Amino acid sequence: MHYRLTEPPPALEQEGMSPYGLCSSVLLFFYIIIMEVDRVEKEGFGVLLKQGAEARVFESNFVGRRSIVKERFSKKYRHPLLDSKLTLKRLNAANFLHLCSYQEARCMTKARRLGVPTPALYGVDPLLHTLTFEYVDGLSVKEILLDFGSNGINEEILDDIATQIGNAVGKLHDGGLIHGDLTTSNMIIKRDTNQLVLIDFGLSFTSTLPEDKAVDLYVLERALLSMHSSCGNAMDKILSAYRKSSKQWSSTMNKLAQVRQRGRKRTMVG
Amino acid sequence: MAKNKTLIAVGFEGSANKIGVGVVALDGAILSNPRHTYITPPGHGFLPRETAHHHLRHVLPLLRSALDDAGITPADVDCLCYTKGPGMGAPLQVSAVAVRALSQLWGKPIVAVNHCVAHIEMGRVVTGAEDPVVLYVSGGNTQVIAYSEGRYRIFGETIDIAVGNCLDRFARVLTLSNDPSPGYNIEQLAKKGEKFIDLPYVVKGMDVSFSGILSYIEATAVEKLKNNECTPADLCYSLQETLFAMLVEITERAMAHCDKKDVLIVGGVGCNERLQEMMRIMCSERGGKLFATDDRYCVDNGAMIAYTSLLAFAHGMTTPLEESTFTQRFRTDEVQAIWREKSICGE
Repeated sequence: MHYRLTEPPPALEQEGMSPYGLCSSVLLFFYIIIMEVDRVEKEGFGVLLKQGAEARVFESNFVGRRSIVKERFSKKYRHPLLDSKLTLKRLNAANFLHLCSYQEARCMTKARRLGVPTPALYGVDPLLHTLTFEYVDGLSVKEILLDFGSNGINEEILDDIATQIGNAVGKLHDGGLIHGDLTTSNMIIKRDTNQLVLIDFGLSFTSTLPEDKAVDLYVLERALLSMHSSCGNAMDKILSAYRKSSKQWSSTMNKLAQVRQRGRKRTMVG
Repeated sequence: MAKNKTLIAVGFEGSANKIGVGVVALDGAILSNPRHTYITPPGHGFLPRETAHHHLRHVLPLLRSALDDAGITPADVDCLCYTKGPGMGAPLQVSAVAVRALSQLWGKPIVAVNHCVAHIEMGRVVTGAEDPVVLYVSGGNTQVIAYSEGRYRIFGETIDIAVGNCLDRFARVLTLSNDPSPGYNIEQLAKKGEKFIDLPYVVKGMDVSFSGILSYIEATAVEKLKNNECTPADLCYSLQETLFAMLVEITERAMAHCDKKDVLIVGGVGCNERLQEMMRIMCSERGGKLFATDDRYCVDNGAMIAYTSLLAFAHGMTTPLEESTFTQRFRTDEVQAIWREKSICGE
């Protein structure tokens, strides 16, 4: 089932979009560990941790390291034509699930180049539509904030997390990268360094439009409001860090004010 | 709390083109639930003034038949309740005024109810879904909702028109019948569709937008039909596939975010079997279950208002006469769902 890396995937080479180009040292590594991958394959992907909206996430072992395997699945409820159109639209590439994985891999590595911590990418499997990357040990921001909700808020930690989120998103946006699913479950605080790591770039794309950036922030705002209303003004803190970190903050903030007006049946004054 | 007798409420719903009166007991038993729909000729929607006139004509006969069917007298009633909002102003006024008058005549307390919350609670009690992600889809609302920290929170919603409104208005373009509802007739016609026509697909973050799709299909439908490029059935089919795929996508994202496995579909569009089928496929891939109801409970009715008011009433909530107003803007997340915090109704 696995793609043998002794033969580079031809279609990808032609299009000049080999994800391995992003991490050529990993390529060499791959030749050596092909046996190891075979072993993992025989045992399945490992323990299912979570089923996200676009993929299943397993905990696995990659040459002795704790790793995460992310398997994309197709949307069976969708009309096939619509499904392929969406894949096309979102990826600017042909209709294959594995290209979703490449897109995700590219966005993840781009985020790292922009100075935003993401898990290290170990490998891409075009046939099984899987990505393998570093296991980040720590709690998700969602878990931390839910704990604040039930056990009281630690202002110091909340400030630190909010600042880190604002900084990270500011850097992404200035680099023209939209995360696409900025919810608190997609942010992990590393246990040893307390550093914020952004995960799940499955809906990411590149754009420099204020509209896309504002919607990205709005998703985060809504996620905070809906799950963590007890954490007060976390979004204000995130936005103030965002303003310091992003050079183009003002156009994004203006747009965000417009995006917020869009919901229906809001109480209006005047 | 008096436990010797089950509480009974009479609920009035008239936020859109349906007027309904329901009699419900606290255990969820529906004693009666008559309803009358204002049906306009093909090609036309319902306007507030005419709809309100329709409601005025039917509200008292409906109340009489509701009491008769339930076999109760006004003395058996514990509280009177009505839809405070959201909805169209003029139709909302009818049930608000009716309840105020009856409250004075019968000397019973009033409970004002949020229409969206009523849909959710009705869906929960009918299907037995405990803590699902709720997709509320109707002619006036499109929201993905989940309960968190005392309130029904909106995770995603439409940023312009509701999905039912989009379908209804397209039915007007095709001059489909409004009887029993334009959405039902689109659904039946869509079953004959074969060709998938490319339409815009608009998901923004967790939100969806339908007005651009409607403009697009309104503009191209006439031309495509004239040139015999497709049939009305193809258009209905493609519109349904596109709109529902958007809804399932944002529901799935809300499920992934809040770690809930089950989905409950409520609201008028929730009767649509294709939407239910797509949602069921998505749920089964996630190891969850779909809870859906049929038109008796999905479509606006008085029983859902009565049942929700009882949940609040059993927790000591009533609405004083001077506060028994109605409002067109009343968001789902403004309501404190106190009955979810401490359940006493033996569910």
